[in-house]
Amino acid sequence: MLTILFDGIAYGMLLFILAVGLSVTMGLMNFINLAHGAFAMVGGYITVLLMQRYDVPFLLCLPVAFLGVALLGAVLERTLYRPMYSKPHLDQVLFSIGLTFMAVAAMDYFMTSSQQIIQLPEWLKGRTEIGQGHWMLGMGHYRLFIIAICAALTVGLQYILARTRFGSRLRASVDDQRVAAGLGINVNVVFLLTFAVGSGLAGLGGALGAEVLGMDPSFPLKNMIYFLIVVAVGGTSSITGPLLAALLLGIADVAGKYFIPGFGAFIVYFLMIVILIWRPQGLFVRKGGKA
Amino acid sequence: MKKRVFLSASVLALAAVSSSAAMAADTFKIGLILPMTGQQASTGRQIEAAAKLYMAQHGSTVAGKKIELIVKDDTSVPDVTKRLAQELVVNDKVNVLAGFGITPSALATAPIATQSKTPMIVMAAATSIITNASPYIVRTSFTIPQAAVSMADWATGKGGIKKVVTLVSDYGPGIDAEKFFKERLTLNGGTVVDALRVPLRNPDFAPFLQKVRDDKPDALFVFVPSGAGAAVMKQFLERGMDKAGIKLIGTGDITDDDQLNDMGDGAIGVVTAHHYSAYHQSAANKKFVEAFKKANKGMRPNFMAVGGYDGMRVIYEALKASKGQGGGDGLLAAMKGQTFESPRGPMFIDAQTRDVVHNIYLRKVEKVGGELQNVEFDVIKDVKDPGKAK
Repeated sequence: MLTILFDGIAYGMLLFILAVGLSVTMGLMNFINLAHGAFAMVGGYITVLLMQRYDVPFLLCLPVAFLGVALLGAVLERTLYRPMYSKPHLDQVLFSIGLTFMAVAAMDYFMTSSQQIIQLPEWLKGRTEIGQGHWMLGMGHYRLFIIAICAALTVGLQYILARTRFGSRLRASVDDQRVAAGLGINVNVVFLLTFAVGSGLAGLGGALGAEVLGMDPSFPLKNMIYFLIVVAVGGTSSITGPLLAALLLGIADVAGKYFIPGFGAFIVYFLMIVILIWRPQGLFVRKGGKA
Repeated sequence: MKKRVFLSASVLALAAVSSSAAMAADTFKIGLILPMTGQQASTGRQIEAAAKLYMAQHGSTVAGKKIELIVKDDTSVPDVTKRLAQELVVNDKVNVLAGFGITPSALATAPIATQSKTPMIVMAAATSIITNASPYIVRTSFTIPQAAVSMADWATGKGGIKKVVTLVSDYGPGIDAEKFFKERLTLNGGTVVDALRVPLRNPDFAPFLQKVRDDKPDALFVFVPSGAGAAVMKQFLERGMDKAGIKLIGTGDITDDDQLNDMGDGAIGVVTAHHYSAYHQSAANKKFVEAFKKANKGMRPNFMAVGGYDGMRVIYEALKASKGQGGGDGLLAAMKGQTFESPRGPMFIDAQTRDVVHNIYLRKVEKVGGELQNVEFDVIKDVKDPGKAK
């Protein structure tokens, strides 16, 4: 029982890292970026390549994946994304889904389409068990590791958004670009940084998820629906919304598959439908915030 | 003068026409339709490499005809497979269709083979029903029931396994594997405690494996597409299931030779049933593996490659036997009943079902000379497709 809960939390945390960047670009910058999964995939492949070809330790791969993808995000933001900000949402969707397909085809071409396998260091492979019988809690060390990283990230992000000068600038830019620019905030730089960090987080999520979700060129398409559910259910205006949504989905998904395996794949969608009928704006929307 | 020019020109044209006609009669075209991109691309790569290797080894002229191999990529989309097959038959006038990475692709193409009386060699797809779809289909790969039933026989016999949980991917081949394994296991007095189906799109096996662990069976029978096999194995270990006394068994798809070496030491000890291991101990296989690796930058051939290699052999021998006479029906007749020594071991094409009959080996993953290999330790001889018995 507790093991299921634990696995669900770990899975939810992973979904959160993967989706939080999307929530930031969508909610704060009002841009629908379906290519988010592609950034995650790049992060995953950076890790796979570094580990397989150059024997770089796993722990070092994670920041490299983050920085590499953040850099890629920054470059693309400057060149491709910026002209799209003022376009209608349909254009943004078409543009970013096209980018996703290009990324999928490119990965397929350069890396072949087979599943990439990484070998975790020994200390992450183990498992700790506490208690007995129904209340036994078995914790895979890797999943524990994911939860720890996620928790740290959430606290960090929340702090940056709510307490720092950059956070208030970002919120100001989002609320009204023109006034923010008039107050001397360099809106372009703020958006560039935000986009880069959002992409970088996706990359980190991809790197962490390669072990759990598998890594092949169809990764962005396979997982896109999950990211979108997290953002739709969690709302896009805060960090805590997507976090709670991701946890809820992760636990529901894992528990559903455990208790009713035949119906398992559908639980998440069912939950989403119910929640969205109940609260079409998402579960955790601030009153008066931008929807 | 003008007349002469005209005359010689027309002679030239005639010569060109007749020579191209002669060329068409002297070439023998094989349309090889494979997934070269997309999820199943490793199947395509393996089979193409094996087919080219066979041609390189056995020459490209058979019974006075030049063999031409036309490779097309269907990206595993059945509609595309069908369209390509149509084009190959109508425009390129191929003599044989071959390849077919997944079951739906093979089934979609079957009517074209029947209508055009073109033999269709299935080199990969492995659900039982395929050969029933057209009288022109001949299979050189394997069938999933062959492997699943053999596994069940071994498990209840020498394996000493009674209680099993099955875990399959929720698609045609997975359900085939589950059904035949369960039937045979129950018949032999074993029980399937739980039959779990994992959605293809969601690769986190954690909840399913936790359920297996709580069921405490003697063994877990797994059938998932190759690639996902590695993930199952890792999570199996991560969950400490080997320590809880649960064995991991399955068809050879989960320890696919193409990927086995990257799976890590966690794979050691996994028992599978399959028709081919790159580590099969025979002179024919050693030669095959060596030549294959040499021609393909060290890539290890897997069961797909051997299906392609033997498929080419069946085509070559049929052409030799029929001397290129008799069209599609002549070729088909010459394919039925072929018996030969393949790198996988002895095999033959059953004349009634046009399906492959071969030995199924029980293998255990071991480390041999620094590489992970499927080491065969037992064999069930001449296994016919159990799906055809009814």
